[in-house]
Amino acid sequence: MKRALENIEEQYKTFQILNEEGKVVNEEAMPELSDEELKEIMYRMVYTRILDQRSIALNRQGRLGFYAPTAGQEASQLGTQFALEKEDFILPGYRDVPQLIWHGLPLYQAFLFSRGHFHGNQFPEGVNALSPQIIIGAQYTQAAGVAMGMKKRGQKSVAITYTGDGGTSQGDFYEGINFAGAYKSPAIFVVQNNRFAISVPVEKQTAAQTLAQKAVAAGIEGIQVDGMDVLAVYAATKEARERAINGEGPTLIETLTYRYGPHTMAGDDPTRYRTEEEDSEWEKKDPIVRFRKFLEEKGLWSEEEENEVIEKAKEEIKAAIKKTDEQPKQKVSDLINNMYEELPAHLAEQLEEYKEKESN
Amino acid sequence: MAQMTMIQAITDALRVELKNDENVLVFGEDVGQNGGVFRATEGLQAEFGEERVFDTPLAESAIAGIAVGLSTQGFRPVPEIQFFGFVYEAMDAINGQMARLRYRSGNTQNAPVTIRSPFGGGVHTPELHADSLEGLVAQQPGIKVVIPSGPYDAKGLLIQSIRDNDPVVFLEHMKLYRSFREEVPEGEYTIELGKANVVREGKDVTLVAYGAMVQASLKAAEELEKDGIDAEVIDLRTVMPVDFETIIQSVEKTNRMVMVQEAQRQAGMASYIVSNVQEKAILHLEAPILTVAAPDTVYAFTQAEEVWLPNYNDIIDKVNKVVNF
Repeated sequence: MKRALENIEEQYKTFQILNEEGKVVNEEAMPELSDEELKEIMYRMVYTRILDQRSIALNRQGRLGFYAPTAGQEASQLGTQFALEKEDFILPGYRDVPQLIWHGLPLYQAFLFSRGHFHGNQFPEGVNALSPQIIIGAQYTQAAGVAMGMKKRGQKSVAITYTGDGGTSQGDFYEGINFAGAYKSPAIFVVQNNRFAISVPVEKQTAAQTLAQKAVAAGIEGIQVDGMDVLAVYAATKEARERAINGEGPTLIETLTYRYGPHTMAGDDPTRYRTEEEDSEWEKKDPIVRFRKFLEEKGLWSEEEENEVIEKAKEEIKAAIKKTDEQPKQKVSDLINNMYEELPAHLAEQLEEYKEKESN
Repeated sequence: MAQMTMIQAITDALRVELKNDENVLVFGEDVGQNGGVFRATEGLQAEFGEERVFDTPLAESAIAGIAVGLSTQGFRPVPEIQFFGFVYEAMDAINGQMARLRYRSGNTQNAPVTIRSPFGGGVHTPELHADSLEGLVAQQPGIKVVIPSGPYDAKGLLIQSIRDNDPVVFLEHMKLYRSFREEVPEGEYTIELGKANVVREGKDVTLVAYGAMVQASLKAAEELEKDGIDAEVIDLRTVMPVDFETIIQSVEKTNRMVMVQEAQRQAGMASYIVSNVQEKAILHLEAPILTVAAPDTVYAFTQAEEVWLPNYNDIIDKVNKVVNF
């Protein structure tokens, strides 16, 4: 009698292309990327790391609002996003703002989202996405619907959605992957396993050895990827996208990653649940450090170039914050007007009341 | 014109809209080949194909969740929740997500979804099939809630709900599905959402009701007429938003009101409606507004169902109290 859990490790071996030293360990899996594209990936990762640092600083100065730090997860976030086309649709979690930015969301709108201004979610035409989801897992069922819609329209595009290790415990996680599997919808379900759901470690989240294996119950493909290796993340996503648009159904991608910072900037203290040893263990796996080594080896990257990116990022962030500051203040009357296509009588009455208040 | 039951009128409305707009999709548990557990979608899959009318896996949260996703791709989803008591499974997907999409996106995205679902008591179902949970969705800003009281209204309101660009929860009282027939025009016609219907004019007291309680109120009004009490009956049709204008106009004429709902006193629409009416019309009232509702227990076990559910005698009692106040 064969048991379901036999050989899980063998079946869900972590897919890796670049090791921690930046050496290619899996030549045959190397994705086809031009030098320019490789440099663009590095550019985006460095830029996003600076954005994270600046966002944390701004938050501490009381100038940003809600913010979920991203450092450590750049390869998982940007490696998946880099495999997408403009027409693909992103359903992010609240930590997945970088993917939206590289999909076309202007920086100042990302800041407005943090500040709690609805203009942050008024995406420009052509930015195919929903705003960051707050409820853990809700985006998984919605992604199944977006993908179903694309298939019905005969489009060659995919829906990609993100959650974390904690998200895989939600009912919506299973419902989403199961629906997408049943209809063979072109969806990519990404689980960024950063080991902690706020403070609860993944070992307490589930008895499952990997999160990728959860795909099997839904009858879909699942793969565990080194989430600190941007080439592996990119290659896995690219393949999942190909399969999806070829009608071969959805894929669940688990990326093994780590958030260096707190869960959010609203008072979470990771020293209560993580050790310094663990932190430094993961920092050795850093996605930017290893990719830098890889690019330098190829003669594609230099310290000078990196400093240029850092300066550019700082300049653009500064300009974006200025633009954020210049946005008109949000009014309750605007919110009332955004409830329905046509204002019902009870809200029309309340609108008058708030217009009156706001004119004082 | 044909004589139709409410269930036939609903099927007819779905057929009209499936024909009228290729973006309309009808889906849910057992709605495909089986035609729905009440046969509301009878024959629709055969007529429009599996791409337009389809069965889903058995999970209410995802049924509502895919409706949101499909909305982003320009579809007009009409999902069915097999019984509205099962909606608890989908509460985040509906109240937490669908209802907020327009607001959250600053009016750049919307979910033109119509969730159809049977509800209501008196048909001896097992637990969690018959509850009146309209209040749960009506309390969430961003949703409209429509409850027809018969075949003619059901068709016109359902067509209008499907065409509406905001989420609509369309609740179909199970007892009304086959209890009577009405003349229902062929083809398309619509009934405006958010507008109540004065189904019986009267001068002594206003009965405000919706769903199956409209029939009970009409029956009560007939009985009351024998005692010389002339009751006006208002069928809300849409319970969110509420047409207060029509209610207030009536109360200004009759100076008395009884609110009638099948839901428990603490649930449903009664508290919201009564508080608004007293705010807007207190000086026209000659008696307190009384409410006919079910007791504040969990929905009755079937053996006690008939007593638990409000009926026309309960309405007559309350009317006598306000008239003789």
